Parts: sequence; structure tokens; C-alpha cells
Amino acid sequence: MFFSATKLTGGYGGVNIIEDCSFNVDRGEIVSILGPNGAGKSTAMRAMLGILDLKDGNVMLDGKDITNLKTQDRIKLGLSFVPQIKNIFTELTVKENLEMGAFINDDNLSSRIEEMYDLFPIIKEKKDQFAGELSGGQRQQVAIARALMTNPDVLMLDEPTAGVSPVIMTELFQHILNIKKQNIAILMVEQNARQALEVSDLGYILVTGRNAYEGKGDYLLNDKEIRKAFLGG
Amino acid sequence: MDFLNSIILLTNFIIVPGITYGSQLALGAIGVTLIYGVLRFANFAYGDLMAFGTMVVILMTWYLQSKGISFGLLPTALLALPIGILLTIAVSLFFDKTVFEYYRNKKSNPVTFIVVSLGIMFVLNAVVRIIIGPNDINFMDGHKFIMKAREFKQLTGLNEGLAIKSTQVITLVTTIITCSILFYFLNKTKTGKSMRAYSNNEDLALLSGIDPKKIVLITWVIVSILASVAGTLYGLDKSFKPFTYFNNLLPIFAATIVGGIGNPLGAFYGGFLIAFSEIGLTYAYKKFFKYIMPESLEPSTLIQFISTDYKFAISFAILIVVLIFRPNGIFKGKVI
Repeated sequence: MFFSATKLTGGYGGVNIIEDCSFNVDRGEIVSILGPNGAGKSTAMRAMLGILDLKDGNVMLDGKDITNLKTQDRIKLGLSFVPQIKNIFTELTVKENLEMGAFINDDNLSSRIEEMYDLFPIIKEKKDQFAGELSGGQRQQVAIARALMTNPDVLMLDEPTAGVSPVIMTELFQHILNIKKQNIAILMVEQNARQALEVSDLGYILVTGRNAYEGKGDYLLNDKEIRKAFLGG
Repeated sequence: MDFLNSIILLTNFIIVPGITYGSQLALGAIGVTLIYGVLRFANFAYGDLMAFGTMVVILMTWYLQSKGISFGLLPTALLALPIGILLTIAVSLFFDKTVFEYYRNKKSNPVTFIVVSLGIMFVLNAVVRIIIGPNDINFMDGHKFIMKAREFKQLTGLNEGLAIKSTQVITLVTTIITCSILFYFLNKTKTGKSMRAYSNNEDLALLSGIDPKKIVLITWVIVSILASVAGTLYGLDKSFKPFTYFNNLLPIFAATIVGGIGNPLGAFYGGFLIAFSEIGLTYAYKKFFKYIMPESLEPSTLIQFISTDYKFAISFAILIVVLIFRPNGIFKGKVI
């Protein structure tokens, strides 16, 4: 397994928000973490990034144990993260956002930027505008492109489709499917469970901080009990 | 003729001094705004940091003068300025390492930082007074006037003279150079952009691999350069007195807030806005109206909005008006 988190336990202060959570992602795979509000989805992702201190469990990237590394060092090793909110530099232009994404490694900066323009045509159109002036869906694309600029092996997305219209959501998922083709391991936390599972290879459903169900996207989609409990019938 | 005279009168007493004072405030305000943008607190020690830088420049000027070194037509202080800048950087980094870093690591709130900066203000203030004393010091040498009022009158045959001091031209030129370099740095270089990114969204900057320690270091270096340059220019143009530098904190803060705190371009314009308001509202327009009004309508009073003694009230008034009606400052847009 290319990227795996095993038996993560931790939280803020004394209370554990996640307990014994495990996730695995391989290159070229999209894996969704789903579950009701407050299940610890985002917390689990923060734990994998090292933003949250773990009490137990470990995180492995390509056979290397990165459990004790700081967030910045994990990013240098190939993790990249798109937070749910405040995920762009609003006061910088779109192009500058991309440049900042490539801060740690700006070899081939211009060709990398061109790749992003190909991947997200709207970004090319808006490249000299301040990112804060863009619409919600466009911002999300800038945010994802910024995260891709580091040339990551693992891309983590925290609710990439939160607060956008259904049309934009479909578009964003299409973009994520295109990113998958670049042989990147994609891990995303999602509220829009049904649509997320349609594009995912694997889904994990968390309930109160624990792994409740896991399985291939269509398996979870077709399971009656899961559908009733989490996907709205 | 009267019309020309009135224009020259205003140029001499409002426009030229306004541009000079505005440049000095602008440099100061950009420094305060950068500290706010990157380090996220209002630095009350800034006026005294300017005083410290100027003090070093003065001491160095005296040393150079004692060795018989001068800068020809230009003030010797310009030769001494690099040393002033270096020592100001050193003192800023010293206080950052010994004091601010501790509170930064503790993630103290901005109010704590303000109180801490007040403490450093007192320390710097005392250091400057112990070393150079509280008195007025004039350290301007070299050629004093580019254009004297009498020469201008003879040259043009007008009643009104236009005097241009060399310090005024030096101030303007230095400000243009400093600000051009600074804005080029912030907008075009990778490090400058990363500074703006850090100021805009700290968490995302960290996720992008931007090193906060480096950003903090560069910010102190830039701020110290601006403080010592602004302080030296102000001292050359007027005179050096530690208390005046402390007092200048008010118009500088006003300029910063008017321009939208954290926004360097706003701080630049804010400096000029405050300077022109201060000078424009304390000037007595009687003579001006004498030139442009028919004799029957000539004013009998000074036509001065407010006495020069109250010039700080103007900064305060602008500050309050802006805070009430546009708390984000007049100039929106980029926040560093």
C-alpha cells in the first residue's frame, strides 16, 4: 500500500475524537472518507497530516514511517493538502497562488503552471486576477491546483465540494478523476457521499470516530443498510 | 500675476513641505503595516526604533566629521546611514530573539504583543536618551538650499518666493527609490510573494512549505531599513529629538490605519494623506486669499482652521473618522 494510516487515535485536549481509524490509499486511487457530521473525518485527515498529535497509530508513506514528522516535512516528502476553508491566498493573484504552491520545489515552474492551465482551463483565463475575486467553484480549482504544484504523491482534499452548486460539484469531481490519471493517490473527506462514492475506488465510513464500514464505491452504494443510514435511502 | 503668486505661496508652504513630511510618514507607516501584516501586532516601539536608527546615524556622522570625511554637497548622514541601518537591524533581531519570539511560540494574543512592544518602546527610548541625550540635535550639513526664496523672487520677478531645501529633495528621491525597491520585492520576487502569502493566510503558507522563521527575519530586516531611513530623513529635514520621534508614532499609526492596516500601498498613500491634512489645515490662508480675492472681500482673520499646536489632533480626528466609517481603511485591495 502506497499510503496507509493505521489505528490512529487522538483528539484535541483529553478527549479522543478518532479511535483506531485506519485508511489505505494506493497510487492512482481515489479514496473517500465519509460519515455523519462530527464523525471525525476532518480530524482523521489532520492526523494524517501531522497537524493533530496522535496518541497512537502510525502513518506510512511509500514504506517510510512518517508518524513523527512535522507537517512541513511530510509535505516535502510528497503529501499535499487542500483545507476546507481558507484554502487559497485571496490577496494574491491566481498565478501567484500557483507559484506559492511550488514554493518548496520550483524547478520547471512554468511548465508545471502550464500543466495546471491544461488541467483547469478556467485558471488560465483568470491567472492575473486576485484569487479572492473568484467564484466558489473557481476558488476550489485554484486551491486544488495550488496543492498539485508541489507535484505530490498523495493529495488530500477536505470537503472539496462543500458549498458549491450540484453542477460545479460534478465538474470538480471530473477534475479529481483527471488528477487520478496522473498516478496520484487521492484521499478526500466528503459530505456529498453518493456523488463521492461514484468517483471513488474505495470508501470508508466513519461513525463516532471509528471505522464503521469500508468497501468499494459501488458496494457501499448498493448496500441497503448503509444507504439507509448514510446516503439518504 | 496674483494668481501665480498665490500658487507659489501654496507650493512653498503646503505642497513642498507636504510631500516631504508625507514621504517620511509613508516610509514609517509602511514599516508599521508590514509588522502588522506579518507578525500580526501593532508595534508601539516603532517610533523609538526610528529614533535609535537616527541616533546611530548621528553618532556615525560625528565620527566621520571628526575624521574630516564629508559627502560634498550632500549631508554626511547619508554616508553614515548604512551603519545606522545595520545596527537597527541588529537591535530589532535582538529584541525579536529575546522577547517577541517567546510570545510568538506561546501564540500570545495581539494585545499581549502590543503591551510587550510598549515595554520595548520604553527600553529603546531610555537607551537613546542615555546615549545621546534628550535635546534637539541638528546634524544636517552639506548644501542647505537648492533654491532660496530670494533667488526665486529675483529669477521670476514674483512677490512670493519658493524655497526648496536639499533635504526635501533628498527625502523625496530616497523615498521613491526605497518604495520602488520594496514594492518590486513584494510583488515580483519569490521571497516577497511568500511574505504576502504568509501575511494573507498563515496556515496555507505553512502547508505550502513557506518557512515562517525566514519570513519573520526578512520582515524585521525590511522594517529596520525603513525605520532608520525614515528617521534619518525626518531628522535631516527638521532636527533630531527623541521625544519628537515618539510623538510621530501617532501620525504614523494614523497613516497606517487610514491606508488599511497590513496594506503597504495603502500606508504609502495614508502617509501623504495625513501629512497634507496636517499641513493644509494648520496653514493660515490669509495671504492666499489676499491674492485671489478682490480687495473688498479680503479676510481680516488668519483663516487658519486649527493652530499648529494642535496638529496631532488632526491625525487623531482622521483616525477616529476612518475607524468609525471605514474600519478597514480607505484603500482596500491587497493586504501585503
